Amino acid sequence: MTTVEKEPSMVKQKEMIAEHFDRLAAAGEHGKKVVYTFVPGNLTELLLSFDVLPVYPEINALQSAMRKRAGDFISEAERVGHSEDVCTYVKCDIGMKRKGNIGPTGQPLPKPDLLLLSYTGCFTFLKWFELLREEYDCPVVLLHTPYQAEGKVTGSMRDYMVEQLKSQVIPALEQLTGKPYDEDRLRTLLALSARAEDDMVHVLESAKHRPSPIDAYFGGVYYIGPMFTAFRGTEGAVDYYQTLRAEVDARVRAGEGPITPEGPMGPEKYRLVVEGPPNWTNFREFWQMFSDEGAVVVASTYTKVGGVYDFGFRHDPRDPLGTLADYCMGCYTNRSLPQRVSMLESYVKDYQADGVLVNSVKSCNSFSAGQLVMLREVEQRTGIAGGFIETDLVDARYFSAANVKNRIESYLQMIEQKRGKGPGATPAGAKEATP
Amino acid sequence: MRTFIGIDLGSTTTKAVMLDESGAVLGRGITNSRSNYDLAASIAKAEVHTSARFELLGRELRASVGVEGVEKILPRLQSELRRQQNLAHLSVLAEVCIEECANPRVARIRGELQRRVAGMVEQMTREEANPNPLKLLKPGEKTSEFFRDRAASAYSSLAEQNADADVTFDDLMSIFDKAIIRVENTKHDEGFAELIGLASERVSARLEPAVAAQCRAAVERACAVELIDGGVIGTGYGRQRLPFAKENIRSEILCHGLGAHQQFPGTRTVLDIGGQDTKAIQVDANGIVTSFQMNDRCAAGCGRYLGYIADEMSVGVHELGPLAMKSERNVKISSTCTVFAGAELRDRLSNGQRREDILAGLHRAIILRAMSLLARSGGVHDEFTFTGGVANNPAAVLALRRLVQENYGERQLNISPGSIYTGALGAALFCMRAAESRAAA
Repeated sequence: MTTVEKEPSMVKQKEMIAEHFDRLAAAGEHGKKVVYTFVPGNLTELLLSFDVLPVYPEINALQSAMRKRAGDFISEAERVGHSEDVCTYVKCDIGMKRKGNIGPTGQPLPKPDLLLLSYTGCFTFLKWFELLREEYDCPVVLLHTPYQAEGKVTGSMRDYMVEQLKSQVIPALEQLTGKPYDEDRLRTLLALSARAEDDMVHVLESAKHRPSPIDAYFGGVYYIGPMFTAFRGTEGAVDYYQTLRAEVDARVRAGEGPITPEGPMGPEKYRLVVEGPPNWTNFREFWQMFSDEGAVVVASTYTKVGGVYDFGFRHDPRDPLGTLADYCMGCYTNRSLPQRVSMLESYVKDYQADGVLVNSVKSCNSFSAGQLVMLREVEQRTGIAGGFIETDLVDARYFSAANVKNRIESYLQMIEQKRGKGPGATPAGAKEATP
Repeated sequence: MRTFIGIDLGSTTTKAVMLDESGAVLGRGITNSRSNYDLAASIAKAEVHTSARFELLGRELRASVGVEGVEKILPRLQSELRRQQNLAHLSVLAEVCIEECANPRVARIRGELQRRVAGMVEQMTREEANPNPLKLLKPGEKTSEFFRDRAASAYSSLAEQNADADVTFDDLMSIFDKAIIRVENTKHDEGFAELIGLASERVSARLEPAVAAQCRAAVERACAVELIDGGVIGTGYGRQRLPFAKENIRSEILCHGLGAHQQFPGTRTVLDIGGQDTKAIQVDANGIVTSFQMNDRCAAGCGRYLGYIADEMSVGVHELGPLAMKSERNVKISSTCTVFAGAELRDRLSNGQRREDILAGLHRAIILRAMSLLARSGGVHDEFTFTGGVANNPAAVLALRRLVQENYGERQLNISPGSIYTGALGAALFCMRAAESRAAA
C-alpha cells in the first residue's frame, strides 16, 4: 500500500473532525446537549445556534465501513433480529451502538438528548429513528419535508416547512437547551454557510476543466464532508473551502488532474457522471478501478444529497427559516425522478462527459428505485453510453470486486468503442469460415 | 500467412480462434480451463494451431483430391492425430499413476493397487491404439473431446470391473483423480508436424497408392505454410491472469458483441450464458455494444448450475438438455439458487416427479433469470443471438425460445454451431483490427 498524499485541506479537515469528536466525547463533562440528525436536510446552523452538538449516524456508518468495522456491526444488528435486506447504514449504526458506541475516532459517542428527524426523500429515516428512540429512550422531533413530487417547491410547501420549524423544531430545541431561539445568531451562521457554499461550488465546477483537477465522486465525498456535516455555518468550514479552492485552482493552472490515494492520477481518458452513493467497504479499491483506467468522475449526484448548490441555491441570512425550508426541500433525494434526470442530463452536457454510470446500491431503495429508467432516459437525451454496476453502502458481502471491475472495464471499453477511436470501431470486413 | 488469435478464458473452458489475414476463421481450439490459466491459454493456442493446419490441409486436399476425397481423408487424419495425442497423454498418465501409488496413504495395498492401475491404463492404451469398431458412437450421441473426460469415463468403467474388497473403487479412483490433474498440468510438446506425420502414414497405408501420395504431399504443403503471429488478444473471466499487456486484453462483453455480430450481422441483442456469468448485451449495426447487464455476485443460473445439477443426478452435463427435452409436464422450480435447487430437486424426486420434467423446470428457471437481465439491458430485439456453452443445450434453447415469444413476440433466434467460440472470435477480430490500425498509423 502506498502512502496517502495529504494536501493541506485534507489535513485541515482531519483536524476539524478530530476536534468535533473530542467535543462529543467531552459533551457530558461540559454539559453539552447532543442531537442526532441526518445529512440530507440537516439543520446544522440552527443546531449550532443553540450550541448543541450534532451527530450524523450515516456518517458514522460509512466511516465504520472505511475502517473495516462495519461487518462486525452489521452482524451484531442481524443477531438482534434485523434482516439481511434492511438498509446497511441502519444495521451498522445499531450494531455500533450495541458494541459500545465507539465512534470513528475511537472515542465514545455520547447518547442523543434529542433525535431531529429531518425527513428528506429517504423513507428509511423514519424507521431508523424509531429504532434509535427505543435504543436510547429519547424524544424525536420530526421535520416533515414535502417531497417534490411535482418537480417544484410551492409557496404552501414552504409555509408548511416554516410552520413546522416554528411550532415543532425550535420549541424542542428551546426546551432541550433552556435557551431562547436567537435569530441574529442564526443569520450570522447562515451568512458563513453561504460563503463556504460559494467556494464549494467553485471547487465542484472546476471539473468542467480538461483535465479535471478533481474527482467529483471519490474525491467529491471528501470535499462535501465539512459542508454536509457539523461544520456548515462555521468559520472552520469557510477556511477549509478557501484552502481547498486555492489548491484546486493551482491544479487547474498547472493543468493537473486529481490526486488519488495512490498518488496523482494518470492522463484523463474518460469523463464520467455518476449517479448513486459510493461503496464504502472497498472505497479505495473501488476508486482505483476507475483511476487505473484513466476514468475521472466530473460530476456526481451523491455529492448533492446534503444539499444542491450548483444550480444557484445558497443559504440566505435574510430569510433564516425560509432558507432552511428551501434547503431541505432541495436536497437530491427529495427531488422527483424527472428532476434527477434533468440534473444528470445537464451534468453530462455542462461537464462534457463521455458516459453516465449508475452505482446501484443493494440496500438503498430510496436511491435505487427508478435508476435504470433514469439511465435510459439520460442515454436517450444525450446520446452517451450508460453503464450500470451494483455494490452496497457498508456491507462488504455485497461487493464482488472481480464482478465490479469486470463491469467497469467493459463499460469503459464500450465508451472507447462508441467514440470511434477504439480498435473495435472499424466495421467488420471479415467473414466466418468453417475450419 | 499472418494470423490473429483471440483467446477466451472462461471459468470452465478456454477457447481460441485464429483468423487469417482476410478475416476468415482458420482454426478453433478448446480445452478445459483447469486451475491454471496460463497453461489453458497455451493449450488452447496449440489446439487452434492444429485446427488451422487442418484447415490448410483441407484446402490442399480439396485442390488435389477433390471435395469427396477430402470428406474421406480429412476426418480420418483428424481422428488419427487425436489418437496420437491421446496415446501420448496416456503414456504420461501411466507414469504418473504409478508415482501416485507410492503415496503413503495407500501403503497398505500398494503392490496390488499398482498392479491393477497399471493394467487398467495399459488396457486403455491398447483400446486407444486399436479402437473397437463396435464401440463407435451412435449417430447423434454426444461425447466430450477432452482427454480428461474421455480418460475418466474409460478409467472409471475399468475401475468398476477391477475393484473388490481389497482394492476398492474409491482406492482406484483416488489415484486417477490425483494423476489426471498432474497430466493436465503437464505441457505436451509433440508438435503438429510430428503427429500428423504418424497419422498420415497410418491413414495413407489404407489408401490407393496414388491418393496416398497426394495425401502425403498435401500434408507436407500444409505443414510448410508459415503462420506468422500477428498478435493475440485475451478475453474472458481469466483475462487478467493472462501474461498479456493491458492493451491486448478486451472485456468479454465487447468480444461477445462483436463475435455475435460477425456470426450473424443482423444481431441486435446477444445473450451469453457461460460457466459463471450471464450477459445480456445490446449491439448496434456495427456490433458495437450499446448497453449490457450481467449477473452480480451470485453465479446461480449460469452454466455451473447445470454442472451442479448434473452431478446431483449423476449424469454428464451434456446429457441434461436431451433428458429435459423428454419432459411431458411443466414443473415449476422456484429457486435458481444452486444450493436450494439441489434440495428442491431431491425433494421433487422423492415425491415421485419425473426427472425429465424437473430438469425441464430447471432449464426454464435458468432462462427466467436471463430474461430479467435481457429486460434490464433493453429487451430482446431482432435478431437475437444466443452464445456460450449453454446455447448448445436444446432444453435451454427451447425455454428461451418460448419465453422470448411470450414476452417479446416473434424474434429471429440465431445459434451458431460455433457459439461457444463467440467470445474468442470477437477477441480475434479485435486483434486483427488493432493490427490494421497500427499498420494505418
